[in-house]
Amino acid sequence: MLSYLINGISLGSVYAIIALGYTMVYGIAKMLNFAHGDVIMIGGYMAFCSSSYLGWPPIICVLFSIVVCTVLGIIIEKLAYKPLRAASSLAVLITAIGVSYFLQNAALLIWSSNPKAFPNLINLPSLQIGGTQISAVALITIAACIVIMIVLTLFTNKTKMGKAMRAVSEDKGAAQLMGINVNGTISLTFAIGSGLAAIAGVLLCTAYPTLMPTTGAMPGIKAFTAAVFGGIGSIPGAMIGGILLGIIEIFAKAYISTQLSDAIVFAVLIIVLIVKPTGLLGKKIAEKV
Amino acid sequence: MKMISKKSLNGFINYGIIIVLFIIFQSLLSTKHLSSSLSGQLVPICAYVVMALSLNLVVGFSGELSLGHAGFMSIGAFAGVIASTALSGSVTSGGFRLLIAIIVGAIFAALAGVVIGIPVLRLRGDYLAIVTLAFGEIIKNVMNCMYIGVDSNGLHFSIQDANSMGMEPTGTIIVNGPMGALGIKKLSTFLAGTILILITLFIIQNLVNSRSGRAIAGIRDNRIAAEACGIQITKYKLMAFVVSAALAGSAGALYALNYSTVVPKKFDFNTSILVLVFVVLGGIGNLRGSIIAAIVLTVLPELLREFQDYRMLVYAIVLIVVMIVTNNEKASAFIKGIFNKKSKEVA
Amino acid sequence: MANDKEQKLVRVQSPNFLPEKELKNAPILEVSHLGIDFGGLTAVDDFNMVVGQTEICGLIGPNGAGKTTVFNMLTKVYQPSRGTIMLAGKDTHSMNTIQVNQAGIARTFQNIRLFDKLTVEDNVKIGLHNSINYGMFEGIFRLPGYWKEEKKSHEKALELLSLFDMQDLANDYAGSLPYGAQRRLEIVRALATNPKLLLLDEPAAGMNPSETQELMDNIRKIRDVFGIAVLLIEHDMNLVMGICEKIVVLNFGKIIAKGTPSEIQSNPEVIEAYLGKAATTPGKEA
Repeated sequence: MLSYLINGISLGSVYAIIALGYTMVYGIAKMLNFAHGDVIMIGGYMAFCSSSYLGWPPIICVLFSIVVCTVLGIIIEKLAYKPLRAASSLAVLITAIGVSYFLQNAALLIWSSNPKAFPNLINLPSLQIGGTQISAVALITIAACIVIMIVLTLFTNKTKMGKAMRAVSEDKGAAQLMGINVNGTISLTFAIGSGLAAIAGVLLCTAYPTLMPTTGAMPGIKAFTAAVFGGIGSIPGAMIGGILLGIIEIFAKAYISTQLSDAIVFAVLIIVLIVKPTGLLGKKIAEKV
Repeated sequence: MKMISKKSLNGFINYGIIIVLFIIFQSLLSTKHLSSSLSGQLVPICAYVVMALSLNLVVGFSGELSLGHAGFMSIGAFAGVIASTALSGSVTSGGFRLLIAIIVGAIFAALAGVVIGIPVLRLRGDYLAIVTLAFGEIIKNVMNCMYIGVDSNGLHFSIQDANSMGMEPTGTIIVNGPMGALGIKKLSTFLAGTILILITLFIIQNLVNSRSGRAIAGIRDNRIAAEACGIQITKYKLMAFVVSAALAGSAGALYALNYSTVVPKKFDFNTSILVLVFVVLGGIGNLRGSIIAAIVLTVLPELLREFQDYRMLVYAIVLIVVMIVTNNEKASAFIKGIFNKKSKEVA
Repeated sequence: MANDKEQKLVRVQSPNFLPEKELKNAPILEVSHLGIDFGGLTAVDDFNMVVGQTEICGLIGPNGAGKTTVFNMLTKVYQPSRGTIMLAGKDTHSMNTIQVNQAGIARTFQNIRLFDKLTVEDNVKIGLHNSINYGMFEGIFRLPGYWKEEKKSHEKALELLSLFDMQDLANDYAGSLPYGAQRRLEIVRALATNPKLLLLDEPAAGMNPSETQELMDNIRKIRDVFGIAVLLIEHDMNLVMGICEKIVVLNFGKIIAKGTPSEIQSNPEVIEAYLGKAATTPGKEA
């Protein structure tokens, strides 16, 4: 029971980190960035290559992966999304899907579709609490999630750039008139989101050590669900949504059915949205008449 | 009156295009000018055209983003296969059985549309999109655990495994969990697919140009004004959604009865997205565009078979570039500039 | 020519047309003690008003006084926190926007809300929606009901459009019309729902003096031909004083004066509310 809970929170923490990326990008660019899941996959491959082929120490591998994904995030934003700032959200969505296809197929060409065994970057003994054993990976994942949450909250609330970010997500035009560099702020958001995706990729692959070009797709969709579940655009919402989703998934797998666990997760999402149409912590936006 | 005749003229052109395309492909087929891979694609193309048209009803006319359209296709496919297999003893005519399968597929998908539509259609925009995505995944997941068989006592169901259905040993398993439906008797033909497209066009075009269609489009353009005009929002949103689901279900039945096996994984998020790409590239609310996009984008990867490895990469780049060119003022002005120059040079 | 049009218009008069002079002041709308709070902030309080069956009434007041909020409560875009609204003797408490429209209130919007991607004719036909009598299947399969009802609604739509000389624009897209024409189309669409009471939210906004003059004639014509009541919000005092038989003045969510145009013009409180506008901060504009 306790170990299920820890596992659930751990998986949920990964979802939460991915969901943070979704939610920040959604908040600022009002777009569903479907390529986000594939950035996770790229992050996984980067850590894999630097560790298995180059033999770098784990911490350097993680940093390398974060740097590559951050740069990738900025490039994607500049090339694919920036020209569509004024376009309909559907056009941006399709472009994001195009980017997702591109990343998946590029990965397929480079690393082939054979699954890669992800190296164990976190080589620590597991912890014994009471009668249950808790893996170090799970604890590190949870710790990472908490640290990221605190840093991000401080960043958005206390720093000048964080305030600029919130201003842009509220009203781009007004923010621009106040002298905020809107394009720079959006780029920064994509950079942070993609950096988080790299961390999530490493943590995800450490917990489930098979790496394929489609590795990021399903966690991406689920983390997106988590972001919506918590109220998209809200940072604590993404956190709570992600962790709840992880717990629900692990418990559904343990007690109901392994095969139907995804269906249960999505069913819970639907029920939450029907009861609270903007998610758990989402703001209700009334249209002015 | 001028406008009405223009609208119906447009509709007749669409029927004409389908019939002409049918004649061209059919004659290519009978004179063996069509490669085997392409001739095998004819029925799936028809199914995708129907999918694109039906999704356009929701995305283009009702203005709601649906990311789970493949779910309805899945329900239609399996309902159609079950109907066809269960009736294989009693209804001998293949064409008639196909008709029944398509109708059954449409009915079940429509029922799913009602069940899903009533709770979710009060959500807006991206929230609705994510819930349709979730439903698509749920349908795929449930279908993956579904075991259905038939014996002399009738149909049997289970969500555990094939044995727990408690069938007689002589019974046949129709749907076998993740392995999907096996041993399907191929019934779909190119002609049947073409007729289904024509029926779909007929239903959507006439619906759109009627009282109900105006209400649907009015809600899309301005929900608050539509309410103030006394339009029942939920009723008309649901109408568009359910009609679309039914048509997707019929496409599913047509598609499944073209193969000997069909797996639930076929109708996943990627298929939903593929159909959405047809609709967006063809032009939102533009039925002819949906038809052309569905045909071209299904045939194109077939023609690019030589570049096997780079095929999907190229497809992705084309998709991004097309979206940017059609939606960015500077880029589209640049392209127009090139064309204008050329036409001037020609002149 | 003008005679022709008048003749044509008489045919579309509403069934509740009451030519008798004595019924003119029987109320179509009785509002008592109406109020609404938004999260502790009282936007409108103790709003009382009576509108006669064929009366033209004005609702005026400085920006943020709560005029549009009153319209939103009448049409149930907002559910009032207090008070009752009686429409033709019926309490609208349990009705929603759609039912209120069917019960007889139609409105236009301050920020124009047309169906931009539909033609002018289709905009009017959506207004006629509930008087067109055929279902989805008749529409899809083009059964006789479809042809009969579509022909009828086409004629009716053109008749209504001819009221504002817009019949030639029938096939244009609503979104492409000039501003003034869009405002007129909103009025036509509202009339198409066959109302007993028409609410106009700043109908003259953005119009030049000659257009405003034309609009005044048209509002009077609507009242006379359809025999309906009109309640309008307007900042153009020439229009308000020119056509309203009764005026209610709202400031900070409360009624500060009621009366005929001449009474209002000489009311010291009203003058203060308008002239003091710059000194006081406007409240919540809704």
